[in-house]
Amino acid sequence: MAQLILDKLSKHFGGTQRAAVDDVSLTVREGGFLALLGPSGCGKTTVLRMIAGFEQPSGGAIRLGDRPLANDMTMVAPEHRNMAMVFQSYALWPHMSVAENVGYPLKVRKISSDDRRRRVSDALAAVRLEAYADRRPADLSGGQRQRVALARCLVTDPAVVLLDEPLANLDRHLRQEMEETFRDFHARSGATMIYVTHDQAEAMALATDVAVMSEGKLLQVATPEEIYARPEGRLVGSLIGQGAILSLPSPGGDVRLLDRETMQRLLKTSGGPSIDVLVRPQDVAIAEGGETAKVVSALFEGERYSLKLSLPDGQALRAFSRLPVRVGEAVPVMIHSGWRL
Amino acid sequence: MSLFRNIGSSQPRWLFPFVVIAIVILSVLPLGRLAATGVVSALNGGARGILTDPGLWQPVYNTVVTSFFGMIVAVVLGGGFALLLTLFDIRGKSMLGFLFMLPTMIPPQVTALSWIGMMGPSSVLLKAIGLAPPLGSPQPLYSISGIAFLFGVQNAALVYLSLRAGLLALPRDGVEAARLAGASSLQVLKDIILPLSLPGFAAGAAIAFVSCVGNFGIPAILGIPASIYTLPTLIYAKFAAFDAGTFADISVLSALIGLLSVLGLLVESRALRGRDYRVIGLSGQIAVFRLGRWRIMAELLLWLIIVVILILPLTALVASSLAPAYGVPLTPSTATLHAYQEILFRQAVTRTAFVNSIGLSLATALGLLLISVLVGYFLVRGGSRFAGLIAALAEIPYALPGVVLAVAFILLFAAPIPVLGISIYGTIWIILLAYLSSFLAVSLKPVTSAFRQVDPSLEEAARLSGAGFGRRMTDILVPLVAPAAGASVILVFLIACNELTVSALLWSAGTQTLGVAIYNLDDSGSFNLASALSVLVVIMVIAMMLLLEAMAKRLPKGVVPWRS
Repeated sequence: MAQLILDKLSKHFGGTQRAAVDDVSLTVREGGFLALLGPSGCGKTTVLRMIAGFEQPSGGAIRLGDRPLANDMTMVAPEHRNMAMVFQSYALWPHMSVAENVGYPLKVRKISSDDRRRRVSDALAAVRLEAYADRRPADLSGGQRQRVALARCLVTDPAVVLLDEPLANLDRHLRQEMEETFRDFHARSGATMIYVTHDQAEAMALATDVAVMSEGKLLQVATPEEIYARPEGRLVGSLIGQGAILSLPSPGGDVRLLDRETMQRLLKTSGGPSIDVLVRPQDVAIAEGGETAKVVSALFEGERYSLKLSLPDGQALRAFSRLPVRVGEAVPVMIHSGWRL
Repeated sequence: MSLFRNIGSSQPRWLFPFVVIAIVILSVLPLGRLAATGVVSALNGGARGILTDPGLWQPVYNTVVTSFFGMIVAVVLGGGFALLLTLFDIRGKSMLGFLFMLPTMIPPQVTALSWIGMMGPSSVLLKAIGLAPPLGSPQPLYSISGIAFLFGVQNAALVYLSLRAGLLALPRDGVEAARLAGASSLQVLKDIILPLSLPGFAAGAAIAFVSCVGNFGIPAILGIPASIYTLPTLIYAKFAAFDAGTFADISVLSALIGLLSVLGLLVESRALRGRDYRVIGLSGQIAVFRLGRWRIMAELLLWLIIVVILILPLTALVASSLAPAYGVPLTPSTATLHAYQEILFRQAVTRTAFVNSIGLSLATALGLLLISVLVGYFLVRGGSRFAGLIAALAEIPYALPGVVLAVAFILLFAAPIPVLGISIYGTIWIILLAYLSSFLAVSLKPVTSAFRQVDPSLEEAARLSGAGFGRRMTDILVPLVAPAAGASVILVFLIACNELTVSALLWSAGTQTLGVAIYNLDDSGSFNLASALSVLVVIMVIAMMLLLEAMAKRLPKGVVPWRS
């Protein structure tokens, strides 16, 4: 096993002007768990399909360690890449039993049937489906099908495991359980995993690294903590966390993390070159002495109210409140910190 | 490590050449050769000879008249059945629908024979009940109107299927909206359903017309004894009296048949011009209308039609096959199985015909299975920009009348094949090739629609499991399309077994098919033997249709042609 390297990867589909994937360079460390995060249509699935070998890059290259996998001239067929994938639709073969589905990659590799049986039952045990070996996929629930697909990835010790929005078709309760299963699977197998999702909470909870994509371009790669605390640019800022982005006059200098005094000062001044500042709702307090804002909406979420506020100049802001507030009411707000994008 | 060039698409390198070669041999070459001969003979002035021959225009007139009135009969019968069975609360719908399909699936020469057995002075059936007209009175079916009527009976199911498909696609919410707007059942039928089902009517009528123009079996048996020729039987007659100009003549004649077919389709599209009836909204089974006390009348009428167009002729056919000799009255004491013994055990000709037809049909069905699986995969998954062209080329031979296709193959293989130097003309191989060409679309359609239903990720998962193309085909794709592929094998076998038109022009001594054997037995006056052979063919047809009916639940929509 080795690092998976994407080098200036791009993909144009015939007949369209815009590149589906545009100059993406990325290194996934061995044993890493990378989440590819972005809105739908951002090119993340195309990147995944190029790594799997279903699409040929229009430019750039993909390498696994020093083994070239694909460039714009040649590529290794998917069947020779030693990768495995969990598809959004699970892609279980309806005419085979659960055990046959899981054992198929071994059968193709001509593993003896005793060995095969042992490895299939190990894989099914790992996803707690031993009792279902002889069932057909049609007789299983969504979560169980998902686990069969995962077991099929488990049997062959693949170099890279690809997951294409695997939780998109599951309900919220099952999702949490499956996230647990994925983390276990990653810890146990030590495989390099690449996980495509549009759900930032999912990406944060699972991955060791998060790569944010938009319109075919790679915007930022960092650990979940880093990307939450220090997002780069407006797009990443708006994708990660539920923050609001304010356009404020530049305080000068190159300080990125703005404290309470600076924020209050910037809210009062106007004119001059402006900057984008990300403000997360937990950093906004309703407290005497702050700027006045109008409540646009207040949504009771159980443990607190989630507020949408409007500043005097019309900019939107989000905040939490323990106490009920009325829509239309003017409240004083204090911003404890902001992140300059 | 293996590096291949551009294999992002999943097909192996040989697939595209295979598909192209199959399509060239089965479609491009025969059609191109036919067109070339036609053009050359037109340029040489050879066409003028036949086109100014007064003997030509009578058959053209006969063809147009019989096909037009045949179409009218088909529209009345098929349209009536489709409306009553689809929209009203008739009991026993699936039984009625199945029986109404049978006349289309039965070979046309068998239809003609059974009707001859039912009517006329020598009818065994009429004799048995003492109603036969006196000997010497004319057989009423040996006439233009007889041919036209049987054309209608034979092709009524085509109109039925087309109209029924249209009716089932009607927007249910549109009908419900009309109801809420206060329209009565009759008004909904008149103002909403009938106008919207017009395209289905027109398409069915056009298909029926084209099918009549190319029909050989009915005018061969009803027309030739009375010297009434249509274009297909004229080609057959020209071919029987072979001379130097035959090839040029028959290529011009088949061009005329093609022209009449195209005209029929043009009239249809003209009739529909300016009417954009694309259905918007939910389509689904329309709420069934209640007939109330009229229901029993309607049911009686439908069953009466089934009795007249199916049960009586088939009874007459069985009666004729049991009669000891032509014209002898059938009573319990004279009934004999002699004819069956004769065709099954004594006559070498019929035994050869059985072996040939079953062998040809099996070879066609299995050969087309292989071709359709590969071509179907290529069309659906190949991502080729030629896919549309290839699909269209595969359709054309089936759309052409059988006579035209047979002529194309004769022209193509009359001379030995260049380079190889072998001649397949007059052998069974030319019939096999023509069958493969003619029925390619029958086999390809169900397989392609089955491939379209397979989620691409199922194949991609197999690729990541390490399975190459052959492995994926045998382990994953073929099992998934197996029900549709199986149905297409049975369907092709069924159609090929009953085929007469193509083999009538391509057979020679030792290569006759069942269709040819039935025709020749009747032609040589052995009416009871021809009837017995026909009875066996009808039994085979019904058995295979029942088999398909039993499979229908497990098949994709539209695979079994008479199920919707």
